[in-house]
Amino acid sequence: MATTMTHNGTLVEVRGLKKYFPITQGIIIQRKVDDVKAVDGLDFSIQRGETLGLVGESGCGKSTTGRTILQLYRPTEGEVFFEGKDLARLKGEELRRMRRHMQMIFQDPYASLNPRMTVGDIIGEPLEVHNIAKGKEKKEQVQELLQVVGLNPYFVNRYPHEFSGGQRQRIGIARALAVRPDFIVCDEPISALDVSIQAQIINLLEELQEKFHLTYLFIAHDLSVVRHISDRIAVMYLGKIVELTDRTALYQNPLHPYTKALLSAIPIPDPIIEEKRERIILTGDVPSPVHPPSGCRFHTRCPLAIDICKRVDPEFREVGAQHWVACHVV
Amino acid sequence: MTRTQFIIRRVLWIIPVLFSVALITFIVMHATPGGPWDVDPNKADRRISDQLDKTFGLNKPLFFNPEAFQQAQKEGRGVIESGQAFIDAQFENYIFSLLRGDLGPSYRYRGRSVSDVIFGVQDDKPAWQSKIGTTATLGILALLFALAFGIPMGIISALKQNTAVDYASLFVVTIGYGIPSFVMGILLIIVFAVWLGVINVIEIDYWQRWQSWFLPTIVLGLPTAAFAARLTRASMLDVMRSDYIRTARAKGLGERVVVLRHMLRNALIPVVTFAGPALAGLVTGSFIIENQFGVAGIGDLFVRSVSRRDYTVIMALTLFYALLIALANLAVDIIYGFLDPRIQMGKKEG
Repeated sequence: MATTMTHNGTLVEVRGLKKYFPITQGIIIQRKVDDVKAVDGLDFSIQRGETLGLVGESGCGKSTTGRTILQLYRPTEGEVFFEGKDLARLKGEELRRMRRHMQMIFQDPYASLNPRMTVGDIIGEPLEVHNIAKGKEKKEQVQELLQVVGLNPYFVNRYPHEFSGGQRQRIGIARALAVRPDFIVCDEPISALDVSIQAQIINLLEELQEKFHLTYLFIAHDLSVVRHISDRIAVMYLGKIVELTDRTALYQNPLHPYTKALLSAIPIPDPIIEEKRERIILTGDVPSPVHPPSGCRFHTRCPLAIDICKRVDPEFREVGAQHWVACHVV
Repeated sequence: MTRTQFIIRRVLWIIPVLFSVALITFIVMHATPGGPWDVDPNKADRRISDQLDKTFGLNKPLFFNPEAFQQAQKEGRGVIESGQAFIDAQFENYIFSLLRGDLGPSYRYRGRSVSDVIFGVQDDKPAWQSKIGTTATLGILALLFALAFGIPMGIISALKQNTAVDYASLFVVTIGYGIPSFVMGILLIIVFAVWLGVINVIEIDYWQRWQSWFLPTIVLGLPTAAFAARLTRASMLDVMRSDYIRTARAKGLGERVVVLRHMLRNALIPVVTFAGPALAGLVTGSFIIENQFGVAGIGDLFVRSVSRRDYTVIMALTLFYALLIALANLAVDIIYGFLDPRIQMGKKEG
C-alpha cells in the first residue's frame, strides 16, 4: 500500500515551472498581444515509487503541467529535473532518448491511438525507435505486454476501433509500458471511461506500479479516485499549486480554503450523512488565466479573503510536516 | 452486405446512370436546330441530304415509330414484328447498336466509324497518339503535376501554419484556383512563347517534343494542384492536432517519423480518394485547354463535333465521360475500404 512504500530519493523535481501560451494578432506580421498563463510557477518534487495526485477544476493547468514536465510542451520558464538532468535544456536526439524513461497515458482512449495502425504497431513502435527489440522479439514483447495489461495477446493484428473504451485504455497503458519507463504521467486516464471500467483501470495501474516500480503523476478531477491511488496530493488553482501534502493530511486536515471547498463537494455514499454534509459553495467563475487576479489568485472567490490577499501573492510555505500551503490566512 | 455484393450493386447502378445520360444527351442534341449535313447551307443539296438521312436512318422518328407499326399491322405481321417496327426509331436503334458494341459511323469524318475516330491511330503512330490517348496523356500529366506540386505545398503550409510560408502558398493556391484556365493559358503563352521565347507555339511535329506538354499540363493541372494543396493542408491540420500525434511524440519518435508515418498516412486519405475523380475531371475537363493549345484530343474533338452536329461522336464522347466519372467514383468507394481499416462496407460496428 502506498503509505508503507519506501521512498528512495527524488525522481522528478520541478522548479519555477511556467508555461505561457501566446495570444497573437495580425495576419502576416504577428504581434504577441498577451499570454494565457496556463502554468504559472510550480515547485514540487516526486519521489521514486510514489504517486503524486494532481487535482483541480477544468482549465486550471493540470494537463499542461503533465505535458510540460514531459516536454511535450516546452516550458516558458523553469526547470524540470529528471534523475538530476534538466529536461528543459535537452533538445533533439538527447531528449528523444530520455523519452524512454518517461511516458504518458492519455485521457481519451478513442483519440490517442492512431486509427490506421494495428495494436501490434502501436505498442511495438516505441520498442523499435528506442532499439529495444525488433522483428520476432518485438512481436513477443508486444504480446507479453498485452497479457500484462489483461488483453488477449491474439489481438496484435487488430485495429483500435475494434476495442471498447476500457480495452483501448489498456492498449494505451501497454504502449506506455513498452519502453519500461520509470515515470508515467497519467493524464485523467479514467475520466473517459464508465464507472465500472474505471475501477479496473485503477487496479491495473496499481498492480503495474508494484510490479514495475513505477512513479506516477496522476492527474484527475475525481477526488475520491485521487484519494484512493495517491500518496501525496497537489491541489491546483489557476496555474498554481495552492496546497500539497500527503493524502491523509489533505483529506482530514485541509488548510487552504479552496481545498476545503473542493473536498466539501465530494458526495458521501450514505444518505444520512450525506444529508448533513455541509457544502462550501464557491461563488463566481474561475477568472481568466490571461489576466489572473492580483495578489492571491483565489481572493475573488475566497470566503476568507482579507485585504492583503488582493495585493500580495502568498508564498508557498511549509506549515506542517510536509504540508505546503499558499495562503495568507492559514 | 459483403464487399463483393456492394461492388456488384454499385457496378450495376452504372447502367441506369448511363442510360439516363444517353437519353438526356439525345433529347438535347436533337432539340438543337440543324443537322450534320447543313452546316454549310450553300453546299447542302436537298436531295443529297435526304439521301444521307435515309442511309444513316436519320429520317426515322426519334423515339417511336407509329407509322411503321401501323404499316406492319396492315401487312398482318405478328405481335413481335409489329413491336419491333414500333421501336424502329433513332434512339432505340442507337442503343441497340451500342449494346452490340457498335458506336456507329461518324457523320463528318467521311468513311470512318466513331470508334476509329476516337481510338484509331493514323500511320503507325503509337497508341497514345490517338485522340483518346492524347487526352489521357495530358490528363495523367496534369494529375501528376497537381499531386507532386499540391501535396508538398499543403504539407509545408500545415507544418508552418500561419507563417509567411503558409500565406505565400495560400496566395499561390488562391491564384491557381481563382484564375480561369483560359486566362491562365493565354497568359502563359504570352509569357513563355512571346516574351521569353522559350517555347515555340508553331512547329512541325509539335506534340512529339516533350517540352510542348509543359504549358498545357500546368494550365490544366493548376486548379487541381490548388485543390490538392488546400485539401492536404486542412487534413494535415486536423491530424496534427489529434491526440495520437501527441502519443507518437511521447513515444520518443523523431519528427520525421511523426510527420511521415503518423501524420501523412492519416492525412492523405482524403487526397488519395480525391485523385480518382480528379483524373476523371481532368480528362473530361480539357475542352478549353485542348482548343487553346491545339491538342488533338477528345476535348477538341467534342467541341468540333458539337458545332458540326456529328451526332454519333457527341453521343459516344458524352457516354465515355459519364462512364469515366461513374467509374472514378466507384473506385473511390472501393479504395476507401482498403485505405481506412475502420471502414468496412456494410459491417456494423460492435
